[in-house]
Amino acid sequence: MNKGFLIAILAGLMPLQVLAGEYDISVDRVQIDTGDFVKEGIGYNGASPGPVLRFKEGEKVTINVTNNLDEMTSIHWHGLILPFEQDGVPGISFPGIKPGETFTYKFPIVQNGTYWFHSHSGFQEPNGAYGAIVIEPEGREPFRYDREYVVQLTDKHPHSGDRIMRNLKMSADYYNRQQQTVGDFFSESAEKGFMATLMDRMMWGDMRMMKADIEDVQGFTGLMNGKGPEQNWTGLFKPGERVRLRFINSSAMTYFDIRIPGLEMTVVQADGNNVQPVNVDEFRIGVAETYDVIVHIKDEEAYTIFAESMGRSGYARGTLAPEEGMTAEVPELREAPLLTMADMAGHMDHGDMKHDDMNGDNMAGMDHSDMGGNDEMDHSAMGHGSMDHGDDASLPEDPFYAKGSGLVPTASNGGKFLSYSDLKAQKPLYEDREPTREIELRLTGNMERYEWSINGIKYEDADPIVLQYGERVRFKFVNETMMTHPMHLHGMWSILEVGEGKWNPLKHVISVAPATTVYMETEVDAPGEWAFHCHLSYHAASGMFRKIVVEGGPDSTVAEGKQSGKQGGES
Amino acid sequence: MSRLTASMCCLALTATTLATPAIAQEDAGKKTQTSRTFWGVSAEKLEYRYSDSDEELAVIEGDAFYGTDELKFLWLFEGEWEEAHNAWEMLENQFVAQTPVSDFWDAKAGIRIDTPEGPDRVYGVLGLTGLAPYWFEVDTNLYVSDEGDASVDFEAEYELLITNYWIVSATFETLVAFSEDKEIGVGEGLNSTEVGVRLSYDLIDRAFSPYIGVVHERKYSDTANLARDSGGGTEDWFAVVGARISF
Ligand SMILES: [Cu+2]
Repeated sequence: MNKGFLIAILAGLMPLQVLAGEYDISVDRVQIDTGDFVKEGIGYNGASPGPVLRFKEGEKVTINVTNNLDEMTSIHWHGLILPFEQDGVPGISFPGIKPGETFTYKFPIVQNGTYWFHSHSGFQEPNGAYGAIVIEPEGREPFRYDREYVVQLTDKHPHSGDRIMRNLKMSADYYNRQQQTVGDFFSESAEKGFMATLMDRMMWGDMRMMKADIEDVQGFTGLMNGKGPEQNWTGLFKPGERVRLRFINSSAMTYFDIRIPGLEMTVVQADGNNVQPVNVDEFRIGVAETYDVIVHIKDEEAYTIFAESMGRSGYARGTLAPEEGMTAEVPELREAPLLTMADMAGHMDHGDMKHDDMNGDNMAGMDHSDMGGNDEMDHSAMGHGSMDHGDDASLPEDPFYAKGSGLVPTASNGGKFLSYSDLKAQKPLYEDREPTREIELRLTGNMERYEWSINGIKYEDADPIVLQYGERVRFKFVNETMMTHPMHLHGMWSILEVGEGKWNPLKHVISVAPATTVYMETEVDAPGEWAFHCHLSYHAASGMFRKIVVEGGPDSTVAEGKQSGKQGGES
Repeated sequence: MSRLTASMCCLALTATTLATPAIAQEDAGKKTQTSRTFWGVSAEKLEYRYSDSDEELAVIEGDAFYGTDELKFLWLFEGEWEEAHNAWEMLENQFVAQTPVSDFWDAKAGIRIDTPEGPDRVYGVLGLTGLAPYWFEVDTNLYVSDEGDASVDFEAEYELLITNYWIVSATFETLVAFSEDKEIGVGEGLNSTEVGVRLSYDLIDRAFSPYIGVVHERKYSDTANLARDSGGGTEDWFAVVGARISF
């Protein structure tokens, strides 16, 4: 069923609603102790991370948010389908919450799964203003588990968000301490030959790009449920139990590769939506994504939950143990990956290379005869693992990475690493239908100046993207930068194109790797004004952001939204 | 001094006109969701120089900026304090507006006010700064003084990472004048070069990086003659110790 429709119905039934919950949240200055450093930050109800909010599908929630800061604040309910005035983006959904004020959010809970909430004001979220949301389903879930934990990750930095933004603007590589050194040059020369290494450096130098531009903010301490690696967050279990772990990546800037050495994980949900279970040894969680996995633990042993940053510059760590205090070995960080020429499509001006020519054959010189006449990356036509172009046979094929990319992840134990292609919806929410139109969004930027944009235009200079209620829009993301961007559309589902038709998974964040083209479709079923942006905090803040206006739609929904918006705000 | 005040007013005027671009406003999210203006203060060089001829100099080269991606205002400061004379041998302040002209290059325009020991000069400045291929940081300017003399300077810097914290930076600076300005010791043609190599260590982030190094300064042709006439040297080797600071 269509969720917009569902909202409308729920709105209509509102007087009959019996299930209603009231919650209070205060926004406070807090101390954050990561074990490595202590810093002043922002939290909810006196702590960072904030509380885990537990809702029930079908519930009508009232959330009173009191701002105890001396600056404006807001809370965005990440991934929740709700009237746009309740979405919590200052300047788009509502004016924001002034110091000392209480704003009341009211909306029906029309979905279930794992989500999170965070401030959408300034850099309050990187500074600590985030928390988890768990929504119990109305019916039964298609999987069983004995206990569950929220595992919320973040990348806590000693610097404040404002300071980081400023430093990045002063020098974009301020926080990059994985740049190639003289030593690297010599060791690479010994391996690949002096001239080859020199030519390689000349090529990158000529373009003024860095192979190490994978994580632009390093130097953080990874936190798991607010605890640093030394503080070791621990989840208890009894041997024989199935434990559901609700992973949420609340980082400002960090993708994590997650594994639990010794345990296989069964991914059952992505971004709050059930997926057909897939067993993996490791998975990558983009910024703002959520993944629910179930681990069946048979032995009375401790297991490390190891969340290593994509660029291997830091990690978060916790433990699953039969009793408090038990620990397991903590793996070493693996060697940092480096970008390759294949990740550079947007920067190589070959003239004949179109933006959507993502086969990477210009660089790799591979035979693409078996890719048919596709002039763009067609996920549906690309089998899983059936392609073997042989330019680097050791790397598994993954259509969501450029061919020959330095970012293709591998599982540390040589096993299965989750790919977007593995995600298939458990139960399609929408009918599969032809999109009414396609909108191309090129993800663009200038790394040297630390400017990020969409279609070469920063938010401040951009017109809103206007959609019509009832449309099904196909978004085409073309990543022309060398960084991975987690693109987040508020208020409506992002149906990720993995070539599975109506079983394409529903997500709220779509991660787009460098030099790739990724498609998503959206049923435009939520009237109003919505934010759409890269979820890397400093990318969004420097312009990789758009307002989306959905025109038209059932009046009842709009009216209901407006009403509840007014009740809470502008006191 | 009145000349200086006049120039400052002129700059302030330019600043206010430039800083109020027409923005198509109504999308309030543009104000709340993105960061527009930035500032920064840094001293690329803050050092003591000991020459092989026992000369001792304190040298500072720094800047402060405020602005947006599209338009920044900078105050660039350069000074050489001579221990022996207890005086600023060189002291210049530049106030410029800087704007991007391509992916890697910015153009700048403004004024430079020199107030060292001896005669003052005020210059109009047109400059280009940016990143050349192969990671050379380049800064070059055309100056026209209130006496009508034109000159060009050129600076390039290259950083070599020994590790991600130990950094060797090589710098090259030169000045070429199109006409002579005897009063301030500027001859026509190639005036001077300065070549430096510094080894630094990022002690506190990139905010405080102490360094040691060597600097070689040389004056050429007419400029060298002018220096000799006033009893100065034309070539110096310096050992330097200092720090790069940025906050
Ligand atoms: Cu981004």
